[in-house]
Amino acid sequence: MKKIVEKHSLAIRWFHWVNFPVLSLMIWSGLWIYWANDVYRLGWGDTTLLKFFPDSFNKALSLDHKLGQGMSWHFVLMWAFFLNGLLYVLYTAFSGEWRYLLPNRHSFREAIQVTLYDLGISKQHPTIRKFNGAQQIAYTSVIVMGLGSLLTGLAIYKPTQFGWLTQLLGGYEFAHILHFALTIGYVLFFLVHIAQVVRAGWNNFRAMVAGFEVEEVNPRTHEIVAGPTALPAADASFAPTAPQA
Amino acid sequence: MTDETQSAPEYTPTPAEAAEEAAALRTAAHRSRRSFIGLGLAGAAGVFGWGWLISRPQEQGIPRPLRQVLEFNDNLTSAYYRNTRLAPEFARSRARKIRTNGDVGLGGEFDPMAWRLRVQGFAPAGTAPRAQEFTFAQLRALPRTEMTTEFKCVEGWSTIVTWAGVRLSDFLAKYPLATRSGRAFDPNHPPADAAPFVSLTTPDQEYYVGLEIESALHPQTLLCYEMNGEPLSLEHGAPLRLVTPLKYGIKQIKRIGTIAFVEKRPADYWAARGYDWHAGH
Repeated sequence: MKKIVEKHSLAIRWFHWVNFPVLSLMIWSGLWIYWANDVYRLGWGDTTLLKFFPDSFNKALSLDHKLGQGMSWHFVLMWAFFLNGLLYVLYTAFSGEWRYLLPNRHSFREAIQVTLYDLGISKQHPTIRKFNGAQQIAYTSVIVMGLGSLLTGLAIYKPTQFGWLTQLLGGYEFAHILHFALTIGYVLFFLVHIAQVVRAGWNNFRAMVAGFEVEEVNPRTHEIVAGPTALPAADASFAPTAPQA
Repeated sequence: MTDETQSAPEYTPTPAEAAEEAAALRTAAHRSRRSFIGLGLAGAAGVFGWGWLISRPQEQGIPRPLRQVLEFNDNLTSAYYRNTRLAPEFARSRARKIRTNGDVGLGGEFDPMAWRLRVQGFAPAGTAPRAQEFTFAQLRALPRTEMTTEFKCVEGWSTIVTWAGVRLSDFLAKYPLATRSGRAFDPNHPPADAAPFVSLTTPDQEYYVGLEIESALHPQTLLCYEMNGEPLSLEHGAPLRLVTPLKYGIKQIKRIGTIAFVEKRPADYWAARGYDWHAGH
């Protein structure tokens, strides 16, 4: 019998959908800034595997000659990115939802299982929970990355007033590299995230908009028979047959 | 969906359960519709707000609300600013040749031998400013300060350079032109009658920058005449340029013609073109 099972709270959904355009615009204005000194590449010696970014990329997205605008947008939107991220962290901390999100000692083993299953290498379906180990690691890492972007950003924005921070992050130039690398990290996160959301299907996607999933529930035992459950990712729930809450 | 879905109901629902399920699905459809419309409206509001924002009157090259946030950032930074915080200094051996970037104000005929630094003192309200001229030899006679700091261009690149010159604060200790009273003062505690701003312009007035007095008095702010152990070259701003690791390169004006101590925030070449006025570190 199908039932409504609550999944994401309204606050989480707001944080998610506010962050999406804000981070996108931070990356976009960041590209305008980066264009003025586009020196990073993957490679060694005279061999370049990938230049950040090829001229065709800059041309196609008209990223050129917008340094001043890029800086002003970046230093305005940083507040939105910071405040939304801060509220998210405070919310998850005080609501107790961090229990679903923080990786635990089983997460890494589970993350490997999930990855092998998703790549079609393993047939063993991992335990279905609100967030599996791979998700816990990904969603926690991306928050740590956000903090990293704020700190490396501050280190290159005010390298004299926050000289201690700039030094701690390996100096002005290295902090720049970290700041850039984190941005590439968000783009990679985004690609995997989209692929996984498409895979997971409508029920899962709708939950990030409407907050709930429709689940098959056994009316006699009240057990969720199919689909992700709202069970916390506590150690006990990692057991193959999850105990009832 | 997962494999478990197919193997799902192992029971036959009672009519009451079937009705409950139908009600749940109706609620789901209703909530879902409402939420997606809500998200759509929020998105539309965002796009509308964006359109409004970029259509605001421009203030120095960017929409006014953006300029206001940049001013807020500057006020916050100024509140945190301390003259005792120094930019890191490096070993002289780490200094490198720096690229030449920017030649606004360096055009036309220029005779370094005939050059004089013109300094306009901070005048009491209603009186004409006292102007004084200095020869290169007079500046050389002041205490020489050398530092190896990282020069940071607003474009994103940076180079470690050894600079030498006279601290602006040492210049003012000898020639107290920054106060209305004409008295010298401790650079860490500018008195109430000190000028709040400094304006620097090239002799042809094509390039001009503004600094707040705190940055001008910082111990690493130099009127510089030497770069990497050599006299400053013309393309790097000979005979005298400003060097300060507190600001991006756009503020470190080459070929200074006039320094004026003023009441109002002075015009700034790049701030007028959409950049942050403080451009500070």
